[in-house]
Amino acid sequence: MLHNKTKYMLSVQNIVKQYENHRALDNVSLEIKKGSIFGLLGPNGAGKTSLIRIINQITAPDEGQILFNGEKLNPDHINRIGYLPEERGLYKKMEIGEQVIYLSRLKGLTRSEAIKRAKYWFEKLEIQDWWRKKVEDLSKGMQQKVQFIATVIHQPELIILDEPFSGFDPVNADIIKNEILELNAKGATIIFSTHRMESVEELCDSIALINKSKKILDGKVKDIRNSYRNNTYRIGFLSNDRTLQPTSLFHIVKTTYGEDSNELTIQLNENIKLNQALSYLMEYAEVNSLNEVIPTIHEIFIEKVKAIH
Amino acid sequence: MNKILLIIQREYLSRVKKKSFIVMTFLVPLLFIGMYATIGYMFYKKDDLSETQKVVVIDDSQQFISKFKNTPSLSFTYSNEPFNTLKRTFQNSGDDYLLHIPDTPKRPQLISVKKPGIGVISEIENQINEISRTQELLEAGIDTSILNAKKSKLNIETKQLTEEGNEEDASSWLAYGIGFVGAFLIYMSLFIYGVQVMRGVIEEKTNRIIEVIISSVKPFQLMLGKIIGVGMVGLTQFLLWIILCLTIAGAAGTYFASELHINKQNKEQVIAKGITSDSPANEGAAIVTALNSIPVAYTLGTFLFYFLFGFLLYSSIFAAVGSAVDSETETQQFMLPITMPLIFTFIISINFVINNPESSLSFWLSIIPFTSPIAMMIRVPFGVPAWELVLSMSLLIAGFLLITWIAARIYRVGVLMYGKKASYKELIKWFRYKE
Repeated sequence: MLHNKTKYMLSVQNIVKQYENHRALDNVSLEIKKGSIFGLLGPNGAGKTSLIRIINQITAPDEGQILFNGEKLNPDHINRIGYLPEERGLYKKMEIGEQVIYLSRLKGLTRSEAIKRAKYWFEKLEIQDWWRKKVEDLSKGMQQKVQFIATVIHQPELIILDEPFSGFDPVNADIIKNEILELNAKGATIIFSTHRMESVEELCDSIALINKSKKILDGKVKDIRNSYRNNTYRIGFLSNDRTLQPTSLFHIVKTTYGEDSNELTIQLNENIKLNQALSYLMEYAEVNSLNEVIPTIHEIFIEKVKAIH
Repeated sequence: MNKILLIIQREYLSRVKKKSFIVMTFLVPLLFIGMYATIGYMFYKKDDLSETQKVVVIDDSQQFISKFKNTPSLSFTYSNEPFNTLKRTFQNSGDDYLLHIPDTPKRPQLISVKKPGIGVISEIENQINEISRTQELLEAGIDTSILNAKKSKLNIETKQLTEEGNEEDASSWLAYGIGFVGAFLIYMSLFIYGVQVMRGVIEEKTNRIIEVIISSVKPFQLMLGKIIGVGMVGLTQFLLWIILCLTIAGAAGTYFASELHINKQNKEQVIAKGITSDSPANEGAAIVTALNSIPVAYTLGTFLFYFLFGFLLYSSIFAAVGSAVDSETETQQFMLPITMPLIFTFIISINFVINNPESSLSFWLSIIPFTSPIAMMIRVPFGVPAWELVLSMSLLIAGFLLITWIAARIYRVGVLMYGKKASYKELIKWFRYKE
């Protein structure tokens, strides 16, 4: 395998994709590091699938270019990418073993190699008894496993999963998630594309947010969230009998009263340290927990979108 | 390229392995042979099948007495009883027809219980005309010896005509048959296998496997692989049919050959009505000559060519239609422009082209790519000038390339479109999309 000096698996540079009446991608640029897990996030219709289809060379961009491992994207790269589309399925009347072999041969594997690896994966995901069964005889979960195998069997350097967990039951979603992490640990670069941001946030190293054909935000998840910290804390306390007096230290975002514990969400005013606020609060109540409220990617997204309009 | 082969292989094997393919392969030749055997049996044995019908002739003019010739289907008897008397008792007499020729033989009447068949009427009409013409000649003063001399002279000429006519007849009958069967097979297979291509495309779309596949291969490769794969299924089926038919025909042939041959001659004699061909051997030779005059390799070659390219052309349209819809029920609005030229050509071909293979309409139909696979197939056995064949084939190849290019542009967009009701306007838009 060619080891290029570049540290980027994928460089998306100023991509524009214009359809008759709308612009699907408007000057989008991204960099995806080798070996990273990248989240391509945004609501439905934002342009994620358009971008993924360009990366998979199903369609071509009107402007801009994509570098795969430092080289200009070309048909040779197709066999080095594994793609699980959002719209996915299998031939209903074909035995699944044959089907996986067929799909992996389309990705350039020889028949014997395809059989070997298919057997390995069927055993790994515990569906080896179903080799000769047809898709119509399989449960949904098993079909998804077969689809996943077909996506990764040719050991792609880049694995693109479009809405990977939609339609998966929790058990299978977990199995697949672990397999993906394992592949990532072995060096594969992963792209998750989803509109359900919370589902992949914890998995991703970096993300890009796409809204209405434009990239509105990208970077490391940690950095992004940290940059959106706004001195907000959630404080748990036991019952208080005194009413909190208004203060110049912070303002209260939210108060919730529970059976055992109550919660207060506060945002510190400028130049105020957490300790100051805490000492003030401790006069009123017995604090038993403290958490910083860091906005989720979803919240950041909402905020960003609102800010633009 | 390797990937196209893989696709062809899958498309081919998945269809050939199907039970329906195997059933079709064995059932169709049996049906055809059964059908033709029945028709052939009825054709050759129709004289035996139908009872000889009795015609009672009352000839007031006295010109026709004993002059009607009995045929296998008609036997004539003569009666002197008055027509009106006989008419009353006719129903219970057991005779089939009552032919009354009045004194002036202007309006002969045919009375029957059942409605007489056209064959019966024309047979009697012909005989009456012939007899009365001979009578008129005699009345005109041409004496028997001159008439006989004339007749023998006439006979020579007729014999020539018959001989040439016989050969013509036999070979045009064969050309007729070969042209019809060839055109019919192409017509049917364009439908059957074209629709199979379309179903395959729709299946991939509804199964949602399409995007998985076209992330590995170009949509065009998938489309072409599917078309070629299905086309090969068609060829395989033809080949099996031909082998099966030849085997069965060979077996049946040895059994029926002699009987068939005799019957054929009988039939010819009936048709020739009195003008008997003097040597049966000649006639047999004529058929053999006719068979030899149809070059098998040439005919089979053109058939394969027109099947293949006609199929490629039409099935790429079928593929484009399949890509534009989400289910087979939605295909109807697009089917008409495909099926119309096919049905139109087929009907014109079997009714007009086959009788007028040299007419200008036949020429144009056999030149235009959409109609040429069927129309040319009709014309080929009659002999087509080389330049026409070359022109027709070149245009068909050009048409196929153009249509496939257009279809592929629609296909590549269509396969990724879900839940969008496709209209013709939409298809044009897809066609214009850049990659």
